[in-house]
Amino acid sequence: MSLRIYEGKGDGLGAACTCDHGGSSRGGPGARPGMTRRSFLRTGVGAAGGLAAFAAAISPLKDLASGDVPDLDTFLQKHYKEMNAQEMEAALDRIRARVEQRYGVRPEIRDIKPMDGVEFVYALNLSRCIGCRKCVHACVAENNQSRDPEIQYIRVLEMPRGTTDIEQGNHHYDRAKVPDENHYYMPIQCHQCANPPCTKVCPVQATWTEPDGVTVVDYDWCIGCRYCEAACPYWARRFNFTKPRLASPEEIEADPGIEARRLNPEMSYLSNRPRTKGVMEKCHFCLHRTRTGRMPACLEVCPVGARKFGNVLDPHSDVSNILKTKRVFVLKAEIGTLPRFFYYFDERDPTAQDLPAMEHGGHADEPAESATGGES
Amino acid sequence: MSEYVRFLVRSFRLSFVGDWKYYTWMFVLTCVSLLGLNAYCKQFVFGLGETGMTDQVSWGLYIANFTYLVGMAAAAVMLVIPAYVYRNKELHDVVIFGELLAVAVIIMCLLFVTVDLGRPDRFIHLFERFNFPLSMLTWDVIVLNGYLLLNVHITGYLIFSAYRKREPNKKLFIIPFVLIAIVWAISIHTVTAFLYSGLGGRPFWNHAIIAPRFIASAFAAGPAFIILTLQVIDRFTSHSVPIGVFRLLRQIVTVAMTINVFLLVSEMFTEFYTGAGHSLSTHYLFFGLGDYHALVPWIWTAIGLNTTALVLLYIPHGKRGLWILNVACVLMIVGIWIEKGMGLIVPAFIPTPLGEIVEYTPTMNEILVCTGIWAFGLLLYTIMVRITVPVLNGELTVDTLHPSENTHAARRTV
Repeated sequence: MSLRIYEGKGDGLGAACTCDHGGSSRGGPGARPGMTRRSFLRTGVGAAGGLAAFAAAISPLKDLASGDVPDLDTFLQKHYKEMNAQEMEAALDRIRARVEQRYGVRPEIRDIKPMDGVEFVYALNLSRCIGCRKCVHACVAENNQSRDPEIQYIRVLEMPRGTTDIEQGNHHYDRAKVPDENHYYMPIQCHQCANPPCTKVCPVQATWTEPDGVTVVDYDWCIGCRYCEAACPYWARRFNFTKPRLASPEEIEADPGIEARRLNPEMSYLSNRPRTKGVMEKCHFCLHRTRTGRMPACLEVCPVGARKFGNVLDPHSDVSNILKTKRVFVLKAEIGTLPRFFYYFDERDPTAQDLPAMEHGGHADEPAESATGGES
Repeated sequence: MSEYVRFLVRSFRLSFVGDWKYYTWMFVLTCVSLLGLNAYCKQFVFGLGETGMTDQVSWGLYIANFTYLVGMAAAAVMLVIPAYVYRNKELHDVVIFGELLAVAVIIMCLLFVTVDLGRPDRFIHLFERFNFPLSMLTWDVIVLNGYLLLNVHITGYLIFSAYRKREPNKKLFIIPFVLIAIVWAISIHTVTAFLYSGLGGRPFWNHAIIAPRFIASAFAAGPAFIILTLQVIDRFTSHSVPIGVFRLLRQIVTVAMTINVFLLVSEMFTEFYTGAGHSLSTHYLFFGLGDYHALVPWIWTAIGLNTTALVLLYIPHGKRGLWILNVACVLMIVGIWIEKGMGLIVPAFIPTPLGEIVEYTPTMNEILVCTGIWAFGLLLYTIMVRITVPVLNGELTVDTLHPSENTHAARRTV
């Protein structure tokens, strides 16, 4: 059975070999003038040996799972932006069938479009975050990330007090109890930049920024060159180095239904649908939730309310308010990526517009503008 | 047309004919290539997790080899410029071997990029949504394939003309393409350097000096490889290479290597004198960070090799023949390979943009894939030389029979 595959694959070489000796072998070896039996045997043995060695070399291909080889429709599937409604529905149907076949669960998958007049922004309160990593795990569960090896979109750094230099953060802190009083905590995930280096470098436009500010990946278009991963200054992208699994083989053996239970069946094309090996993925602000009016999973699970999310184009939204009234900063501002992910501290910015104006008590030669800005 | 097909068939047959040394060499290369193919098939089934790469160090040996080889391919221009621009007669006789090397090496480059892809089955997407001119990778696709075509045309036309015993129309079919190829050769390595230096998030790469350094090191390592290759051709084929060629190439290599070392020193000065700040990757490369110092022995080996090579190039060689030059070339080829591979690609990922330190060690499978591609490249180059030499010497032409073509073939031709 498997041998037949090799013969097929070896055709190229086989044909080449025949063409080498075939010119004179029309009519069979007996009819060949000038060629001795010995030299015929030698070429024959050589060709057969070469073919066998080639077959042996490609023999690992027999372990390819049926799902690893795309069917013709998937292979010819267009880029996300080029599919019309019908083609998208057909693509979604294929995904439904694949997911059902693999996990035994029929997913609720749609292609949820961005809302008009919405630009999403995230704000994270560093005064509140306690470093519990609940957001990390809620994200994995929500977005159907591989559990073995585990892929996480959020990395929490334990930072020594007195610096915001992330190179001094500890990625692998492991404490019985958080927060530690000598540290503060800084979760980092995709910053959904307004000037993203990752989308710029992609050779096939498999990743782009949506009108609502979310940078997404078409998992069926990505060729897996990992240039975007090298370009990202926030280490926000993750690659499927092997086939993603929702549970380890041991877990599946102990509990065969575990993958089906872990699968989040509520999906969108550009967000949490299952990925294949060899493609890139990243945080997408839970767009299957946020585009239908809900909050991202990482925000919902946060026990201290350190995470704020919303529409920056709405002047009354939480995030607009934070940007106006708090001392806000972004990571690596000097690279010019213009993140849509802001960090802030609880302290209000005394120069903020909506604060009651205070008497200016400084020296006369100090610029008074900033302290009294509220009056004018 | 049928003449061309017949030429290809005869060339193909010729590539299977040789003495026992040729057979041994080809047998070994075929075996190593097949081992590489086998390793790649394993990786194709399991995924890139078969390599030592991680989300932290997401490019490794494949891209390192790719980068090095792009330089090697570009270096053919160091034969072309003296031959065509300065009309050096001696080099004119051997320039074709440099161009053929470029063809083989570019094919290796394309293979190295392909094995690095997570979904090589989707490479067709490049033709459908080509992110040009924004992505430097698309520039690289264009310049590499363009350079391949240019050199395939130049060498193919010259060889086929010699085969047909016709004077090639150089004014129309060679000179314009050669001039384009000269600029193009510089561009392939510049674009490859821009691939890295354009990333603001990687301070180790984000230098203007990357492109000049690439060119300088390429013009040292490439001609060094050609010096060795030409000696092999001189010794094992009927094509003799004049000694003047080696003298000129030695001068080229010496200048390029000097510039390369100078640029390296400039870079190190800026990184270390300014202070820690953004030079963590450089610190990691040269001295290690904390308990992590996997690259330290590599880079110091490279520096040792390169400095020794430079000294060897400058001392007078006298009448000792090419011996010293050859040692210098070997040291340089290896030294620059380390410097550009392990020394330029890997440290940019360590530490990560978030300051995490994860080291990279290539797996056996990954190394096998790399050696497989190297062996395949050498195999291709050997076949090209095997065919080119008798054609240029007039032993294999449209109306002559090469001694290797035995009687029954002779009967058919007549």
